[in-house]
Amino acid sequence: MSALQVTLIDYGAGNLPSVERALRLLGADTLRASEPAALASSRAIVLPGVGHFGALMRALDRGRMLAPLREAICGGVPFLGICLGLQALYTMSEEDPSHAGLGILPGRIQPLPKTAKLPHMGWNQVRRQRSSVLLRNVSEDAYFYFAHSYAALEASQSAVAICEHGVPFVAALEQGSVLAVQFHPEKSGEPGAKVLANYLEYARQKSLAGGAAG
Amino acid sequence: MTLARRIIPCLDTDGARVVKGVQFVGLRDAGEPAELAARYNREGADELVVLDIAASRDRRPTFLETIRCVAEQLAIPLTAGGGVGSLEDGRSILWNGADKLTVNTAAVQRPELIEELSREFGAQAVVLAIDARRVGGPQANRWEVIIRGGRETTGRDAVTWAREGVERGAGEILLTSMDRDGTRSGFDCALTAAVSGAVSVPVIASGGADRPEDFLAVFVEGRADAALAASIFHDNVQGLGALKQFLASRGIPVRLSS
Repeated sequence: MSALQVTLIDYGAGNLPSVERALRLLGADTLRASEPAALASSRAIVLPGVGHFGALMRALDRGRMLAPLREAICGGVPFLGICLGLQALYTMSEEDPSHAGLGILPGRIQPLPKTAKLPHMGWNQVRRQRSSVLLRNVSEDAYFYFAHSYAALEASQSAVAICEHGVPFVAALEQGSVLAVQFHPEKSGEPGAKVLANYLEYARQKSLAGGAAG
Repeated sequence: MTLARRIIPCLDTDGARVVKGVQFVGLRDAGEPAELAARYNREGADELVVLDIAASRDRRPTFLETIRCVAEQLAIPLTAGGGVGSLEDGRSILWNGADKLTVNTAAVQRPELIEELSREFGAQAVVLAIDARRVGGPQANRWEVIIRGGRETTGRDAVTWAREGVERGAGEILLTSMDRDGTRSGFDCALTAAVSGAVSVPVIASGGADRPEDFLAVFVEGRADAALAASIFHDNVQGLGALKQFLASRGIPVRLSS
């Protein structure tokens, strides 16, 4: 069986190499995509991201990646958003209201409250909301590495795990084939590797099912 | 659900090899960076810091290669720095596999650098490293910023500088007590508490670590978010697992390896 090829959206995010490395250690092939053509035949798309919301959306726009990415996600290609890659799924972010998000999920990204130290930086635990693809066979008390000051604060149906730093926020979400985590699985030791492996397994199953049907 | 206090081993390097000295002088060889990195990753370090304390221009490519080799060993975050003076320096450090960079002397000389780095890479990637030395006697609780690897005093107040650095966009402070560095006489908890209370970002305490009780003190009295040490880990004086077990038994939230 050939390895699943994962398309990594390359917009200049600093964590791309470590996400790439983590996926390869799990047996996946990876392809960096910085132009629309690379998305066309994707079987799995990962959007890593660190830094500024506006910088991400601007880079996607400049690379003419916005529409093709939205199309692929809406078309059911298994998608994994990491950190800023989760935030990009929403309609907008208060970090930079002048750039719209992908709008796959309703609602907005908001700042974490200043009552806690920001950025929310370090290892934290999450509370499960319901059964999850990404957290399957991951211990309930596992720690994940976070590094962010903004988050999805509004509880929604898509949330599968909640974390808390001053206020509760979405730590992991799943809506159909749209999966995303606020933490960095590529920096979260064994539990993080398990989350990525769960995503790859999901994408592989989906790819096989799609292949059989088509 | 609480954010765990972090334990961070630090690799001080001459670009290629891990070295250790007392208060930045009398350096001796302490091992191979990638080997130590792999060990700490395995033993439950929460993060790793690798510094180029020589930070000479001609050794730069060697240090970047060191960052690459270290990053390859890790499934935890990596912070790297030493001699960062420009966006280009910052970019090369991050693109070679570090998640965060430290900036020190160059930021004191030109504080706008912090804003530039933060705007480009995000506050979460910019760690302001401050080397501080007590002035005015043991009771004064005043500390001065020292630069150029401990060789030059600035007259600048460490707490004020930390606050300014955060206002300019630093996402974390790596605070080293130059009085305690390498002495194994415990962290400077008063210094750490003064800075931690003055800024809104996490503070990593550094300098003086010896016994598990020192770590407990810097988390409780010093209100540190993370504690960094080098030689006690390199020399196997203190095991990471045992240290974290001790802290957990005293009610400090730590990440215990599953």
